[in-house]
Amino acid sequence: MTEMENPTATSTSDDLDPAQGLTGETLTLHVFKGEPGETGTEQAYEVPGVTGMVVLDAIHYIQRNLDTDLACRWNCKAAKCGSCSAEINGKPALLCKTRVDELPAGPITVRPLKAFPLVKDLVTDVSRNFEVNKEIPPFTPAKDDGKPWRVAQRDISRLREHRMCIECFLCQDVCHVLRDHDHSKRFYGPRFMVRVASLEMHPKDTLDRIDLTRKAGGMGYCNITKCCTEVCPEHIHITDNAIIPLKERYADRHWDPLRWVGRKLKGDGSKQAEGSK
Amino acid sequence: MNEPYTTHECDVLVVGAGGAGMRAAVAAAEAGCSTLVVSKSLLGKAHTVMAEGGVSAALGNLDGEDDWETHFADTMLGGQLVNNWRMVDLYARDVIDRVYELERWGGIFDRTDDGRIMQRPFGAHSWKRLCYVGDRTGLELIRTCQDKLVHTPGVDVHMEYTLTRLLKDGDRVCGAIGYRRNDGRFVAIKAGAVVLATGGWGRMFRHTSNSWEGTGDGAALAYNAGADLLDMEFMQFHPTGMMWPPGVRGLLVTEAVRGEGGILKNSDGRRFMLDYDAKKMELSSRDVVARSIYKEVKAGRGSPHGGAFLDIASVHDAVYIKSKLPSMYEQFHALAAVDITQEPMEVGPTIHYTMGGVRVEAETAATTVPGLYAAGEVAGGLHGANRLGGNSLGDILVFGRCAGIAAAEFAKSNGVRRNVSETEIAEEQRSMLAYLDDDGVKPVENPYLVHVDLQKAMQDDAGIGRSEESLTRALNAIGELRLRAARARVGGGRVLNPGWHTCRDLENMFVISEAIVRSALSRRESRGSQWRFDFENKDETLGQVNFAVRRDGEGMKVVGVPLELMPPEAVKRLAKSRFYDAATMPSYYRDAAPATSEAGA
Ligand code: SF4
Ligand code: SF4
Ligand code: FES
Repeated sequence: MTEMENPTATSTSDDLDPAQGLTGETLTLHVFKGEPGETGTEQAYEVPGVTGMVVLDAIHYIQRNLDTDLACRWNCKAAKCGSCSAEINGKPALLCKTRVDELPAGPITVRPLKAFPLVKDLVTDVSRNFEVNKEIPPFTPAKDDGKPWRVAQRDISRLREHRMCIECFLCQDVCHVLRDHDHSKRFYGPRFMVRVASLEMHPKDTLDRIDLTRKAGGMGYCNITKCCTEVCPEHIHITDNAIIPLKERYADRHWDPLRWVGRKLKGDGSKQAEGSK
Repeated sequence: MNEPYTTHECDVLVVGAGGAGMRAAVAAAEAGCSTLVVSKSLLGKAHTVMAEGGVSAALGNLDGEDDWETHFADTMLGGQLVNNWRMVDLYARDVIDRVYELERWGGIFDRTDDGRIMQRPFGAHSWKRLCYVGDRTGLELIRTCQDKLVHTPGVDVHMEYTLTRLLKDGDRVCGAIGYRRNDGRFVAIKAGAVVLATGGWGRMFRHTSNSWEGTGDGAALAYNAGADLLDMEFMQFHPTGMMWPPGVRGLLVTEAVRGEGGILKNSDGRRFMLDYDAKKMELSSRDVVARSIYKEVKAGRGSPHGGAFLDIASVHDAVYIKSKLPSMYEQFHALAAVDITQEPMEVGPTIHYTMGGVRVEAETAATTVPGLYAAGEVAGGLHGANRLGGNSLGDILVFGRCAGIAAAEFAKSNGVRRNVSETEIAEEQRSMLAYLDDDGVKPVENPYLVHVDLQKAMQDDAGIGRSEESLTRALNAIGELRLRAARARVGGGRVLNPGWHTCRDLENMFVISEAIVRSALSRRESRGSQWRFDFENKDETLGQVNFAVRRDGEGMKVVGVPLELMPPEAVKRLAKSRFYDAATMPSYYRDAAPATSEAGA
């Protein structure tokens, strides 16, 4: 919000940044406003276009000049914290990563995530996600002599993808299991399949969360539609590299117990080998 | 008459849930204290996620010559010798354990060929010292701490709370009051001890890599409770913020780009760091690189949008760049439509980090107010006049832990006070609710626009280069803006009303801005990040002083606190740095200072 100087504002600033890049266009945004219990409306706002602006810039302009109480979460404005999730023209996306010039001409509709209870305007209550995370047993290494570990870069490279998750919960929002059906309490959701996979594939972890993920985690509800992968701003292959490997492990164990025992006996390394895709 | 409010009680209250807050909370809970963490944002969103380069720790995995003493030396020299040397000493030793601890909590680091933690070179570090995972080390750190935190028994987390006042019982801090952002209800928290871990403050400047949270709440809370704020004049300009398009101006471009070999060029195509620091070049300390870019631009050799060119494309191939700097690739690709594997980036100085902060005791992170602790960016002293990259992620782990342990001890031996002052709570509620009143005040001010004007005043007059004249102008501007802010009124209700929150945040930003300006006025010299046009050189007398800002009734006073000088054995260590230069040693260290660097260059 620092950067979007506004020439018409009644600010006393006189040195408007010459590089501010007004495009001369006017954008129309239809932004959802409302609180739980009210019907809520889509409010129309007009915002001057600026080169390279993202939807969050437009929201900030509105807050500053047109509607000071419009609520929206954001922190980094760099697509790194996962705070500013919303639905732009019906599609779950980060407000700070969606460039206005990449959207089709015409009004831009901005609404809160649909899979979560509304707090106000663009802000929803995502606390369920934090509860799920608590249910997943944390990283648990074996007791050892305490010396620095040796780990292969190959194992780290594989984990890096899962660890890129910024917890924007866009995948949780788009997943039909959590969204359309009332299964949200029975399925951890794609974000937490990624979380479980990152723990299961960690070469130093000793726990086994596969049965839990299937039972309490409701992994079976996922029918691999890949919608989650499509919206992930970090380009994590949620289905291919997290959900499918977890499902395969479960299937192996229950349909091919010998293979499973064989893998377990191989110790640490087998956890890595199993997860690799 | 009080509005209803919710009361919580805990042994240790931790304010802020970035790396420092979470590490403090884990330490306090492990010491057996009931611990409550409150954060302004959702868990895992704190500014720690933005840190890209890595954690500096002298593991010596790539350069066997490295050790904690060299890390100590680099940090002291980078800080221009006004750091709290005992903090640096503790830091350089302890951070090694903290890195290995993080790994045992499930954090991942890139590896060497033989499977040890990988380390990369970074500005003003003598050896390859930054432990990292790609360019997302901050995210890795915060997620690891977050998972540790939520699975640590005895810790409770309340998200999206803003605390506005510390409560005191006599001299001692006994809790805090504030409001829940999501419904505007008031809360009171009774605590045996309070740890501030609220991070830094960049939001009073126009070009900043900081999020909206960086309004200096923690430092303002501490100041209002009577604590000292130290070294407030030292604000770090990161040399490489994005310049274009306008919406991302100030957004960070990690130093890892230069660590990986990135070259800075001016509009003539010249590698201009040759002219400013031919020894360290692009990896010179941040203040030097930032000023060099500033000077190139002023000399008319800037890039189209007023910065310099940072080129990695001609140094490495696309595959290498995408693997080492994946987030930078993505950031430029998505936000600026620039492919950094093909073209140079446009970069310029952006407010990045606050070296100064709440004055603390090195070993315990205790502030000057009993029961109050501070750790991480909100605390001052470790970094002196300029912070080295990689020393902040280490800072939050090392001192977060120290603060948690010390706060737990204090809480256990002093207990939780049961009584909180109803008058204070009523006062705070009244002042908060006034912003929503339609009480006929004229002319009503829009808090956002007051904020914009504060940013302009600070950027222009208390920014990268300062003078008595510009700072005086800034001070006057702050005074006028304060009057305007008192007339800020907003519509809407108490449920998640960002305009209302901005009104309150401004109060903190004024305190911090005034502290910065007054401290900068007092330091009549140039040192590290403090660049005075009217005093271009260092002053030896001022090299032995830290300025502390203290509340004095309704006014603010600046006091010079004599610096605790390093003992001779610590001065000797300085020569372990590759950047040691005996000729630049101040006279008061010259007796103990070795004649040459032991490291060679
Ligand atoms: S692939 Fe599975 S988890 Fe992902 S959106 Fe489809 S059903 Fe949900
Ligand atoms: S997996 Fe991707 S979409 Fe899902 S929360 Fe993480 S970053 Fe967001
Ligand atoms: S504000 Fe951080 S992801 Fe958008």
